Amino acid sequence: MSTETVVKTTCPYCGVGCGVLASPTGPLSAGIAGDKEHPANFGRLCSKGSALGETLSLDGRLLHPEINGVRVSWDEALDEVARRFSKTIAEHGPDSVALYVSGQLLTEDYYAANKFTKGFLGTANIDSNSRLCMASAVAGHKRAFGEDIVPAIYEDIELADLVLLVGSNAAWCHPVLYQRLLAARAQRPEAKLVVIDPRRTSSCEGAELHLPIRPGSDVALFNFLLGQLASNPDDPAVIAARKDAPDLAIAAELCGVEPADLAKLLAWFAETPRALTLFSQGVNQSSAGADKVNAIINLHVATGRIGLPGAGPFSLTGQPNAMGGREVGALANMLAGHLEWDRPGEAELVRAHWNAPNLAKGPGHKAVDLFRAIESGQIRAVWIIATNPVVSMPEADAVLAALAKCETVVISEAMRAQDSVNLAHIRLPALAWGEKSGTVTNSERTISRQRAFLPAAGEARADWQIIAGVAVRMGWGAAFAWNSPADIFREHAALTGLGNNGRRLFDISGLATLTDAEYNGLEPTRWPVPSSGEGGHRFFTGGLGAKLVPTPYRLPVNATSEAYPLVLNTGRIRDQWHTMTRTGKSARLMQHLPEPFATLHPDDAQGVANGDLIRIESPTGNSVLRVQIDSDQRPGSVFVPMHWTRQFCPQGRINQNVNAEVDPVSGQPELKHSPVRVTPYLASWHGFLVSRTELGVDLADWCAMLPTGAAWRYELAGLEPPDEAFDHLLARLDHPGAWITLIDRASGLYRAALVRDGILLAVLFIGPDHALPAREWLADLFVRDRLTLAERRALLAGKPADGAMPEAPVCVCFGVGAGQIQAAVEAGSCSLEVIGIETKAGTNCGSCRPEIRAIIANAKALLSEAG
Amino acid sequence: MSAPIVIIGSGPSGLRCAEILARAGKKPILIGAEPGLPYNRVALSNYLAGDVDAAGLVTHSAERLAEMGITLRAGLRVTGIDRDARTLVTDSGETIAYERLVLATGSQAVRLPFPGANLPGVVLYRTLDEVNFMLNTAARGGRAIVIGGGLLGLEAAVGLAKRGMSATVLHAVDRLMERQLDHSAATLLANRLRSQGIGVELLAMTVEITGEDRATGVRLKDGRIIEADLIVMAVGIRPETTLPREAGLSIGRGIVVDDQMRTSDPTILAIGECAEHRGQCCGLVAPAFAQAEIAARHLLGEDAAYAPQTAATALKVAGAGVWSGGDIAADDAESLVYADPETAEYRRFLLRDHCLIGAVLYGETADAPWYKSLLGQDVRALRPVLAFGRAFAPKEIAA
Repeated sequence: MSTETVVKTTCPYCGVGCGVLASPTGPLSAGIAGDKEHPANFGRLCSKGSALGETLSLDGRLLHPEINGVRVSWDEALDEVARRFSKTIAEHGPDSVALYVSGQLLTEDYYAANKFTKGFLGTANIDSNSRLCMASAVAGHKRAFGEDIVPAIYEDIELADLVLLVGSNAAWCHPVLYQRLLAARAQRPEAKLVVIDPRRTSSCEGAELHLPIRPGSDVALFNFLLGQLASNPDDPAVIAARKDAPDLAIAAELCGVEPADLAKLLAWFAETPRALTLFSQGVNQSSAGADKVNAIINLHVATGRIGLPGAGPFSLTGQPNAMGGREVGALANMLAGHLEWDRPGEAELVRAHWNAPNLAKGPGHKAVDLFRAIESGQIRAVWIIATNPVVSMPEADAVLAALAKCETVVISEAMRAQDSVNLAHIRLPALAWGEKSGTVTNSERTISRQRAFLPAAGEARADWQIIAGVAVRMGWGAAFAWNSPADIFREHAALTGLGNNGRRLFDISGLATLTDAEYNGLEPTRWPVPSSGEGGHRFFTGGLGAKLVPTPYRLPVNATSEAYPLVLNTGRIRDQWHTMTRTGKSARLMQHLPEPFATLHPDDAQGVANGDLIRIESPTGNSVLRVQIDSDQRPGSVFVPMHWTRQFCPQGRINQNVNAEVDPVSGQPELKHSPVRVTPYLASWHGFLVSRTELGVDLADWCAMLPTGAAWRYELAGLEPPDEAFDHLLARLDHPGAWITLIDRASGLYRAALVRDGILLAVLFIGPDHALPAREWLADLFVRDRLTLAERRALLAGKPADGAMPEAPVCVCFGVGAGQIQAAVEAGSCSLEVIGIETKAGTNCGSCRPEIRAIIANAKALLSEAG
Repeated sequence: MSAPIVIIGSGPSGLRCAEILARAGKKPILIGAEPGLPYNRVALSNYLAGDVDAAGLVTHSAERLAEMGITLRAGLRVTGIDRDARTLVTDSGETIAYERLVLATGSQAVRLPFPGANLPGVVLYRTLDEVNFMLNTAARGGRAIVIGGGLLGLEAAVGLAKRGMSATVLHAVDRLMERQLDHSAATLLANRLRSQGIGVELLAMTVEITGEDRATGVRLKDGRIIEADLIVMAVGIRPETTLPREAGLSIGRGIVVDDQMRTSDPTILAIGECAEHRGQCCGLVAPAFAQAEIAARHLLGEDAAYAPQTAATALKVAGAGVWSGGDIAADDAESLVYADPETAEYRRFLLRDHCLIGAVLYGETADAPWYKSLLGQDVRALRPVLAFGRAFAPKEIAA
């Protein structure tokens, strides 16, 4: 199949929401390029987005419905979900069921899930993984603006004269926005960048100032700036701020930064009207997340640096459609379409719009509480959609245990190879990116279409269809009688205009009458789009209409102690997305940082060397990770990426160590501050294995897998004696054939390779420590059709030869080869005797002299021909 | 004019000694019991296998020797030494005076003393004459048995097989070339020989040569009888010490010499396979040459002392490279083993305290000289790549 069709769609990764041009080249492949016309990226794509074409295979996909691991028809599966949910509600009431959904869902799917739960199941027990991501920003926005409003737009990044990047490694996590920022700085060198982050990250490259603040001290910093810059000393927020951080010295002490640096920031902010603060998870994922957001907003509002070109507080959304989820209200404390229970009449509007007399009467459980309610048995049936809570939730082991004992766990997922899917009683295959169709909203409120360009995988269905299928079986067919995502979008858009009349900024009722064709062709559209009157680009100009919220500074909930002396901070890395179900398929992306790791400052790395394995322990779990020692890490803290799952490294998951303390306002967990301790992991051997066949991640006590393209690579370590591990791993590979081996028992060195018909099938290296040869050369050999003899001989060295390979000697006694003899002849040696003097060849036992004579004769013949 | 330096034995070490003396202006007399010009004994296997002809074995023409000032007395057997008179007596009755005497009498091939060992059709593998006899027999085809699975025995079997005989090697111990090879390398070698149609019988103890007036086969200890048209005995060598023993020189396994290769009579030196230095007799050409050089330099008045070299054996057996060096039998050593069964490449390194003390290479031996240079060295820094040769070693070590 070779069509020239180019489909305009949107990237499924972060909240930047880049436009992507997909050119399908087959049922499982497509060319990928940035969309030059999309206002988020103007053609740029990051490493993850560029590699989307490498993630389209069906490997690891869930392709048909299953009940208790047995393949069933869609009818059977949907009947069973409906039966179980109906029965549970009948026996235990509507609050005994829950949905846990995802910022990966399209707006239409999100809307369907929210309507199904709040409108018809009759419970508000629907929360989203956005709770882990954006809840504090939402809470902050609502407190300051009365509504979840992002006042700024992307263009402000280019227009700002001062950009504060707070709790964000945008260079890795929002790369295209960071590239836009760098491009603008190149145009306007006078514009300044200040990074406020405990770690010195890639985003600090080229920044004018980096403030490596104490984890969790953001509020103190912004309170200090507010106290110094606010003109209204009687405002309670300013009073509180001045109480916390009365002067530079105290503020610097609280934040753990140099007073001079803080003074510099103060001066720059004071003199720069076009100041923009970009903030992300370092702000949100905190027990004081909402206060951090409000402390930032307070400063902008009090100084009038908001709602103007280049000025404002700007939340960078984590997920591709966290914003869309907030718009439809698919979180436990929201109703729908920015309508609220606690505003009179709004629940009635929703009830009427949905024709849902059974509408939930108030908020439900937020994520952490929701899983605790599953654990306690209060919630007996849960439907998880497009997310992986046993990896992403704090105290993840407790979440795992709760789901393991839950009566009914339903999961709608694109992937089968996913930790949470393993726990489900009913598995429902969902469409993946490239197959599904709908809309997403990015960080700057721009709605973009995600369009399908591939056929559905197996029996997979759209999430909204699956939800509607269950709703129909539970007797609510009329409310879910949609034929397309366009139908849902129109219903959703209409809701945003109900009783609005300018009361709510979120109004897209102007899109409620789109035809199917108009919906399909919808260009990126920033809201609001009211049905009449003007929309708007920026909000709360100069702070007008916004409230200051007092944000007294408080420390993270759990302090470090003698037992747990380090602060664990989790985050993303450049080339991975969430729990790696998609990015983990790309060999290219896996190469950047191939194993789960922990970054320690040299001061905290007593007794461990770079590259060692370490165990991280908290009161709620432990992990084993590769250590990176890096002076960019703040002393006293350890950074660990949040991506690894049991699919890739059973001991590399981190969130079981993360405390499940939450922000009292937003319910967002404190994912960036958990006390832990670090100890060396005393493996008796380290090793790696590269195999042409996939082997599973239970090869050793510690095992991390990554695809290399032509093969699977396993990083290994174990506690048993190395010879036992070697035998066991060779047996596990179970290849008939003779292994090439290198064994040095005394050194603990065991290596093996298997080559059949010249094709490399597997290599295994075991050594006493992690100092093993680089894997890249070996992994590349798996791409070859046939190995040369030289490559074969080099296999167990793990590298090609540094020097010239020796030639087979003619004179064995002195190791002189034909080439050397030939060279001597060419240099003028003309007899056996002279060759002997020149090279020693033939001067010992003499049995090579006939050969030397022949070589001399040949070489002379060649020389005379040439002459 | 004073008496000349006389060398008894025109094999490799005697000839090498004569060459060095001649180059320094001495006019040595070289006495050889075998008739004809000196030939390269080491290459006899090549001759047997047809890789060189008889003329190609000759290392020095008569003209060349004359030109160098060496007097060769071929086909002359010395029957006695009169140390007091410093004269030799020969089987022709001639008396030859010497100023200094060098014994380079080499060794005898061992003929095992079981019944039938002297029957016609049983041949040792040492001299040109014996090889010619083997060639004559092989020309008629038939079956050959080689008793002894050391290097010479294997070369004999390979050569005879090439000459059209069906050859079988009988070896009394459990592996071929047990002094040079470990079990794994020996097994690879046995497999290779078998793949070339050469029989290999291990733990095969010959107890008798059968036949009335000529050998017809062998009987083994387990009772089996194997028939053969030719039986080659290649079971080892014994230093040739008849003359010096009769002359009253000190004899151990060989003629006892000091670091200058002097016997118990300092006017008489001994070199090569007949000599015993610090309790060791050599069986390879490299140390024999080294001894020849030391003896010559001593005779020329230089201050030279022989230091035993690390033993190393580099061979090509049945087309397979085989090399071993250092101590390959140390039970207490650590070992590092590389093996590729499919390409029949094998390497074992023996180490003690990170020092390389011995090595066996089978199949690919191009790096042997490098390994030889590493014997006795601390190889800690290159241990993980030691097996892969000089090209893989860190540059500062590879050099």
